[in-house]
Amino acid sequence: MSVREKFDYELNSAQEQLILLSNMAVNALTKAVNALASHDIDAALEVIEDDSDINQLEEEINDRVILLIAKQSPVATDLRRLIVIIKVATDMERVGDYAVNIAKETIRIGKEELLSPIHEIQQMHALATAMLTQVIEAFVEEDVIKAKEIAELDDQVDALYGEVINKLMLAGAQNPEKISQITQLAFVCRYMERSADHATNIAEQLFYLVRGRHYDLNK
Amino acid sequence: MTTIKTALTKKEPVQKTDKKSVYLTKQLNLWYGDNHALKNIDLDIKENEVTAIIGPSGCGKSTYIKTLNRMVELVPSVKTSGQILYRDRNIFDKDYGVEELRTRVGMVFQKPNPFPKSIYDNIAYGPRIHGIKNKKILNEIVEKSLRGAAIWEEVKDRLDENAYSLSGGQQQRICIARALAIEPDVILMDEPTSALDPISTLKIEELVQELKKDYSIIIVTHNMQQAARISDKTAFFLNGEVIEYDDTDTIFSNPSDKRTEDYISGRFG
Repeated sequence: MSVREKFDYELNSAQEQLILLSNMAVNALTKAVNALASHDIDAALEVIEDDSDINQLEEEINDRVILLIAKQSPVATDLRRLIVIIKVATDMERVGDYAVNIAKETIRIGKEELLSPIHEIQQMHALATAMLTQVIEAFVEEDVIKAKEIAELDDQVDALYGEVINKLMLAGAQNPEKISQITQLAFVCRYMERSADHATNIAEQLFYLVRGRHYDLNK
Repeated sequence: MTTIKTALTKKEPVQKTDKKSVYLTKQLNLWYGDNHALKNIDLDIKENEVTAIIGPSGCGKSTYIKTLNRMVELVPSVKTSGQILYRDRNIFDKDYGVEELRTRVGMVFQKPNPFPKSIYDNIAYGPRIHGIKNKKILNEIVEKSLRGAAIWEEVKDRLDENAYSLSGGQQQRICIARALAIEPDVILMDEPTSALDPISTLKIEELVQELKKDYSIIIVTHNMQQAARISDKTAFFLNGEVIEYDDTDTIFSNPSDKRTEDYISGRFG
């Protein structure tokens, strides 16, 4: 294998690990929200336990990329790709952390009956995970148009977030004894909203990778 | 015309937003017999900058740099067309003396090539040829040239020793000092560190950064990271053409031509 073939092989391996990391993070988010909706404490505990795999994979990706930069002195698109892989890995690792946070809220809520906004939370989850899954597909295909469309979905997540928070505040006024659950559900909404923001970040990173310039897709 | 004193005294970095051209190449073509070695070259090289010329072997980069001081004319079969304006004057003009050009344009080669003489005589050689006999002035030129090439401290107590007694890296700095001694305006460097170890290479690279405050430097290099580290502008040559010429930052982060990207990322060449 020539030196450049080895470099390309390592680069592809790092990208494949990133896709694996993304799948793990999105699955963790789904598992955490399902656990919340079904009061499944065991599943929530698994989400917390499995997060160390996500963290470890992120570290492996970072180490691999740092070694590639040190040994191969990449430039131009190669260099941007490596930097973007590190940044996207950080975004995805963060999504994994949000899944852990949701799992912790699930454990705190326990078997207590959930208030109605859980449906909107599930809607937010569906949108956020669709954004994360599709943005990784766009990343693999280097499809900036698709990435831009995905980033635009963030407005819907933000709108839903506003709606749910309003409903939770109203529910809080009507059910003061549920204030603890309401606070926890508000946090869950926030984690979901932040997960969608990370999808937008990844879309921006894809623009940087392909065009070599920074774009703000949050406007 | 700068005096010896001003040319060899370190100046503060020049803060210029609109730098003057030192070499303006317009539609330069060059043939070695039937071999069309340089094709329609247009390059605007600015003063007080380091301009790197990169490209695979046989792309014309050494031919181009040797055209800038008309050294390429030593090859009998060479024909040229187009213009190279050095400080607004075409170097191919019939009344432009090649000696006059070369007092303004120093050159450093791939392998250190000091004369088989003492360190002192190596540096004093050029000024002597230009008629400087006064020992005091010569001493001053030798010291300032050696200081300018960052080797004074290493050789000040052994100026009478043969330059061959020095290490390769030191010899190369002697050659740079020798180029400085003739008060040049431009220094051409043709792969000046390719025969040197990493420490000597680093010293030459640091020296280039210092020298660009007072001189314009054009450097041919095979070492991509060297071009990225030390140059302000980079020109990528391929098959006798300039494919891309831009700020070094742009060339190495976001080149506009795929061939440039393929070359700098090591995918061909």
